[in-house]
Amino acid sequence: MGLELIKPNINFNFLGYRRYAYVISLLLVLAGVVSLVARGGPKYGVDFAGGMTVQLKFAKAVTAADIQKPLDAAGLPHLTVQRLGQEKDNSFLISAAEKGEPLEEVRSKVDKALKAELGDGAFEVQRVEVVGPKVGEDLRAGALNAIFYAVVIIAVYISGRFEQRWMAAGLMGAGLTSAMWALRHFGLSTGYLIIAAILVTLVLCWALKLKYALGALVADVHDVFITIGIFSILGIEFDLTIVAALLTILGYSLNDTIIVYDRIRERLGQAKGEPFEKVINDAVNQTLSRTMLTSLITLFTVTALYMFGGSVLKDFALAMIIGIVTGTYSSVFVASPILVDLGSGLDTFQQDEQGAAEGGKA
Amino acid sequence: MSSLSWRLIVVTLATVFGLAFTLPSIEAVRQSPLGSILPSNQVSLGLDLKGGIHLTLGVDVDKAVANALAQGGQDIKSFAQEKEIAIIRQNLVDNKRLEFVLASPDKKAAFDEMLKKQFGGMTVERTDTVDDGKIKYTMGFTTEYRKNLVSLTVDQAVKTIRNRIDQFGVAEPDIRKQAGDRIQIQLPGLKDPDRAIALVGKTAHLEFKIVDDSADVAKAEKGQLPPGRELIMERITNRDGTPVDRPLVVKSEAVLTGEHIADARVNFDQNNNQPYVSLNFTPRGAKIFERVTGDNLKKRMAIILDGKAYSAPVIQDRIAGGRATITGRYTETEARDLAVVLRAGALPAPVNVLEQRTVGPSLGQESIDNGVMSISVACGAIALFMLVYYSFSGVVANIALVLNVFLITSGLALFGATLTLPGIAGIILTMAMSVDANIIIFERIREEIRLGLPPKASIKEGFQRGALTILDANATTAIAAIVLYEFGTGPIRGFAVTLLLGIVASMFTAIFVSRTLMELWVSGHKAETKLSI
Repeated sequence: MGLELIKPNINFNFLGYRRYAYVISLLLVLAGVVSLVARGGPKYGVDFAGGMTVQLKFAKAVTAADIQKPLDAAGLPHLTVQRLGQEKDNSFLISAAEKGEPLEEVRSKVDKALKAELGDGAFEVQRVEVVGPKVGEDLRAGALNAIFYAVVIIAVYISGRFEQRWMAAGLMGAGLTSAMWALRHFGLSTGYLIIAAILVTLVLCWALKLKYALGALVADVHDVFITIGIFSILGIEFDLTIVAALLTILGYSLNDTIIVYDRIRERLGQAKGEPFEKVINDAVNQTLSRTMLTSLITLFTVTALYMFGGSVLKDFALAMIIGIVTGTYSSVFVASPILVDLGSGLDTFQQDEQGAAEGGKA
Repeated sequence: MSSLSWRLIVVTLATVFGLAFTLPSIEAVRQSPLGSILPSNQVSLGLDLKGGIHLTLGVDVDKAVANALAQGGQDIKSFAQEKEIAIIRQNLVDNKRLEFVLASPDKKAAFDEMLKKQFGGMTVERTDTVDDGKIKYTMGFTTEYRKNLVSLTVDQAVKTIRNRIDQFGVAEPDIRKQAGDRIQIQLPGLKDPDRAIALVGKTAHLEFKIVDDSADVAKAEKGQLPPGRELIMERITNRDGTPVDRPLVVKSEAVLTGEHIADARVNFDQNNNQPYVSLNFTPRGAKIFERVTGDNLKKRMAIILDGKAYSAPVIQDRIAGGRATITGRYTETEARDLAVVLRAGALPAPVNVLEQRTVGPSLGQESIDNGVMSISVACGAIALFMLVYYSFSGVVANIALVLNVFLITSGLALFGATLTLPGIAGIILTMAMSVDANIIIFERIREEIRLGLPPKASIKEGFQRGALTILDANATTAIAAIVLYEFGTGPIRGFAVTLLLGIVASMFTAIFVSRTLMELWVSGHKAETKLSI
């Protein structure tokens, strides 16, 4: 047999450390929430807030001040000039926030002012993005809707999936849909609707005794929240590609959890009489190697994207890196241990109940 | 035929399919003799990769509705006149309602009958009795009519813009009507947004109006205009070369409009080499022009484009032959674009640029290079890792990985989907997912071997148990991809498409193809031969 990074007989007491893990997770999520509150919500990029961004590549070395000067002289304040990438790239981003003035005119003036000062062939316009307030609003609504529907559909899918209780999933779907319909009817905006959908799903999972769905959802939401939080702390702007990354994380970070859960179910079928905690810890250990390897492979690829993919995909790749790392961590330290803490009151597996009963006898 | 044989045939067919639809996207292959036998489908690149301009325009439909209401008012007046019914004090309120007063209340029944018969699209919102029994009408369009009008206006705008872009000459433009009053335009290869916006965004409403030099311009500027007159600005050049606006009072009624233009060309002034646009009228337009110039000798005629007078020459003679010129201070490029716009016709209503995204050709190429680099590095890293970690089984996973990429690109070519920069990110992600699936299976096989199962049985067990888990694990990502496709725009849709194609392809390659290759490989083995995994 080839290499083995993680020995097959590994038996690490993951559950023993779960309280530390909960504290770390909670702190990470809280830090993100504090940052979001302090900054008054996520920092929106041009796509969502509206505004203008121009990416210029200069033929000769220039500084941000060289660019700023003619712009100020032309009466174009409120513009930010930022260097993009390495110093040798001579690339700059000039951006303006949406402030009600016609953005196309601002862009045209920027172009003329720089050409007048630096000469016609001094730079090349590599990219222009001008998003008016209406389109920005629409894109924001579209993105929020996408997140909302992804959360709802994935919630219904996994509520039926783990325990093969599609009746319960049907109830979940019906409950969630009617709750959302009612809330939307009361004029709740989509942003709050997403949070409401998550809360309603968690409550419904509890009520319908869908322990595994609950664990998977907590871990999944945890991953996406931490990614959003870190982005907020780092001050990175949210745009359409970041939303695409968040949704991909939402779907992809369930992969590891599904593998561990499948192993737990399999073990519960075989190892009757073992305590639930041991079954879970064994399952995590047995699948640890594939959890780590699959995450490592995906990290390889998104890191390649981060390093070589260019400025447009850099933030996308960073979001994916954060999402994959937290997703791996949460499937080991959050999704599985939480099953124990959710208590036997939520036990739904026949085998599980039998196992517990037999264990009691012995 | 054994099960393995037919599965090998499927794998071979999939490989041929993948290559047949991927290779034509490579220029060198298209040029080679191979190009003539391969299908012609190619992967089309998004604007973010090939460079170009993306515009979202909003048609000012309120303006179109206001214009139509004003026109309706004119028509009501002239229809009423024929029936000897007097309409007075007609005006437009908030650009939404038409108000006028029926001067002869005794003819109300006949007038109402006429409205009903001739103006079905309009409805009387209210009538009030004003001084000395006259009746004030407030009218608007019916909801149905308004909806039709808006839709027609946007359609007309799309047609005009398409016409202009065709005349201008852009390879593979994409112009489509979107929900509501929006139009989305993609112009690959263009890089000057100012020029593109001037081309598609100029209303190009051309009018010829007679100047009223007897009117008091100073009073007019304060808003005191004689009836049937309006104030416009003429752009002239001072002696020192600076342009200034000069007010001009003209008769409101246009004597001729751009509708009657048959052709517009750029010419150069013999004296100063300045470009100007010369117009040729249609036969009907020429006739009107001749009559109007004959009727207004020694008066001035303003040539007005989008509400601004370009010039206002004195009519020296009756002008026959149907020619006119628009002079102004513009560059040759501007003159050429103006000629294109005039030939293609005016927009039915003004448009606003709501969104503009431009990617220069160098950045597009840079993005492609970056994408190829990222894919190569990711692919190399994965392949090396799998080879070291799983030995020969790693080779199987790597074959599946490469086939997976071919299947994604051939899927893009076959469905005519667009490859965008985020789409490349989708390919890279699904490369990882394809290998992930094989890792899950290989780890399971290793486990079964440790439990003492013989190689063939372990492979069977590994793939069987792994397949369902992989299917499930990918389902949630597929849900995310489908939702993104549904709500995403442009580049993000490209990401959703490659992600979805990649998920499907990776499940096929990682489960079906890998298994076939593994079984083919062990089929000749003796039972006790160890598995290279």
